[in-house]
Amino acid sequence: MRHLLSAGDLTRDEAVLILDTAAQMAATQSREMKKLPTLRGRTVVNLFFEDSTRTRISFETAAKRLSADVINFSAKGSSVSKGESLKDTALTLQAMGADAVVIRHQASGAPHTLAAAGWTSGAVINAGDGTHQHPTQALLDAFTVRRHLVGTDATGRGLDGLHVAIVGDVLHSRVARSNVQLLTTLGARVTLVAPPTLVPVGVSAWPCEVSYHLDEVVRDGKPDALMMLRVQRERMSSAGGGFFPSPLEYTRGYGLDATRLAALPEHAIVMHPGPMNRGLEISADAADSPRAVIVEQVANGVAVRMAVLYLLLAGEQTNEKVGQ
Amino acid sequence: MTEYLLRDVSPLGEGRTDVVLADGVIAEIGAGLTRDGATVIDGSGLVLLPGLVDLHTHLREPGREDAETIATGTRAAALGGFTAVHAMANTTPTQDTAGVVEQVWRLGRQAGWVDVYPVGAVTVGLEGERLAELGAMAESAARVRVFSDDGRCVHDPVVMRRALEYVKAFDGVIAQHAQEPRLTAGSQMHEGVVSAELGLAGWPAVAEEAIIARDVLLAEHVGSRLHVCHLSTAGSVEIIRWAKSRGIDVTAEVTPHHLMLTDELVRGYDPTFKVNPPLRTQSDVEAVRAGLADGTIDIVATDHAPHPREDKDCEWAAAAFGMTGLETALSVVQETMVDTGRMTWTDVARVLSANPARIGRVEGHGRPIAVGEPANLTLVDPSIRRVINPAEQATKSVNSPFRGRELSGCVVATFLRGRATVLDGGSCDEDVVVAR
Repeated sequence: MRHLLSAGDLTRDEAVLILDTAAQMAATQSREMKKLPTLRGRTVVNLFFEDSTRTRISFETAAKRLSADVINFSAKGSSVSKGESLKDTALTLQAMGADAVVIRHQASGAPHTLAAAGWTSGAVINAGDGTHQHPTQALLDAFTVRRHLVGTDATGRGLDGLHVAIVGDVLHSRVARSNVQLLTTLGARVTLVAPPTLVPVGVSAWPCEVSYHLDEVVRDGKPDALMMLRVQRERMSSAGGGFFPSPLEYTRGYGLDATRLAALPEHAIVMHPGPMNRGLEISADAADSPRAVIVEQVANGVAVRMAVLYLLLAGEQTNEKVGQ
Repeated sequence: MTEYLLRDVSPLGEGRTDVVLADGVIAEIGAGLTRDGATVIDGSGLVLLPGLVDLHTHLREPGREDAETIATGTRAAALGGFTAVHAMANTTPTQDTAGVVEQVWRLGRQAGWVDVYPVGAVTVGLEGERLAELGAMAESAARVRVFSDDGRCVHDPVVMRRALEYVKAFDGVIAQHAQEPRLTAGSQMHEGVVSAELGLAGWPAVAEEAIIARDVLLAEHVGSRLHVCHLSTAGSVEIIRWAKSRGIDVTAEVTPHHLMLTDELVRGYDPTFKVNPPLRTQSDVEAVRAGLADGTIDIVATDHAPHPREDKDCEWAAAAFGMTGLETALSVVQETMVDTGRMTWTDVARVLSANPARIGRVEGHGRPIAVGEPANLTLVDPSIRRVINPAEQATKSVNSPFRGRELSGCVVATFLRGRATVLDGGSCDEDVVVAR
């Protein structure tokens, strides 16, 4: 594994190895001394063409806990619109000696282009590209599911037999695309739940089921985990595409409220990649309930990103173990 | 002027004969010809075709000389076997006045590689709102007969109706870029299984088919001639087939890339494969091949769309739409249609020469290979296999989707009114051409 571009690139063994490594990383994070010397002298660049406080801070924390030097490059002011191309930015970072480039970009495929074009020799980690992929989000989601539903000694294990429902704006969601691939690779069953306007044409090729009815999925599907996606309010305006008639109608059909929360199986967990629209896709009751693992997802994000950085950068031996 | 004796060539791939070119025309055809002072070209194994005519080329000049100039683009055309090209109107300034189309026409004459027929814009600035001065362009020295807002769709049904009606006065044709704009806002690739996975905004087939359906009905209603540019979907083929069966005066074109390539190529996010209309699915490729073979689709046109490196050397969404095609078109047609047994060389001459010349109302091109006809001819070696290297092409740009692919066939010589523009597979000395 030289880059992490798409959750779909990971084999089951690779994914399990990342989760196992993340578990080890998480264990070190309860110590008083959280910092490991593993990546001392290595440079990680956070190259963010799109605003994202959470993901950037998570990667920054992960890299720093591994003792790497971190450069934050917020490209918002120097992006393509201002004249500097992705290529020139990448060449600049290459000249500065980046060992890994963590890239967030509004264009689907930009991390692929960066990795394939030879503009950087460092490892490329996709931190979210357009409506395509967000593989570390899927990894931290899988890690969270495994922790809660497979057990404390989950080392070496996948998510076999579990049912995860992903609810909301699948069409525009890189989180949904990444999770469908990774969760099914790990053996879970996935159901997407959304109004038909927010499901992509071509979804039939995905290894998952699709439902337009959240109540049915909650009642009959008995999901072990319910993952609520962020829905942007502007999607309802005709300028934004007119995907649904009103926020209220969306919430009635697809929001997670107290009633649906109560109808979930007792052990089921509630997830959200953040940031939440309280009152739209998730009610305060659900977001703050004991079943919600949303804050824990954030903490797990650091452990998973430490694992990814470690496996990509910490030496040949490990890389061979991961394969590719 | 040099005379040529083409020895032992195979006109339209049938039989073998000698052909003499003199005084700009085909002077003699027959076995065992001799001609004093003529340059002899050994044509054994070579197929002689009428010079190819492209109804859809972007030469980029004036305005984007960094991508292509009329000189470089027409030289590429000659190397691809063309003797006439239609230069699309989306230049800067737009080819929407007599002055601009005459400039393009004149630059084409100066370059001398092929005959350049400027396409006039349908609406002012391609904005889709107000008809450009179509009559003035038709009456200019450039004698414009093909009008198109290509790159944009004439989406307003009233504007389209008026345009279709208006050009009847001078036997013009509206060449429509069929793309419903609202259904394709922000679109990046064909909408389907691959776009769903790649997270790229989809360009649905219905956005093309809906406009074609509307336009053939409009053409029927007002009794006008319609040409559909770069048709790309199975549904579009069905609509054209239906329209022709009703007797509607419609013609359709397909590009070489839509005959060969599919949206699977987008998976690597290489913007070389970003084109409008987008690469479709394998079943669409199959449908356009069948439509071309049975005559539903009248012509192959390149939609040659050169772009400078920086417009393709970037992330997918930021990249320009379009791919080059002049120097690979004939090979792609041979490989997909002739080598597969679906078409003969006579069919190739029909779809790449006679039909486009007829649609564009071009005189002296697309003619039969017969004594007295203008010597606009192309000599092809179908036995050659060659690997495409865009850096070696004459076009100024390198955005060929066939880079690294091995294709069948190679143009050996091209003659424009008896003068060689290409010999031995290479351009003839530029000075000689310009001196003419």
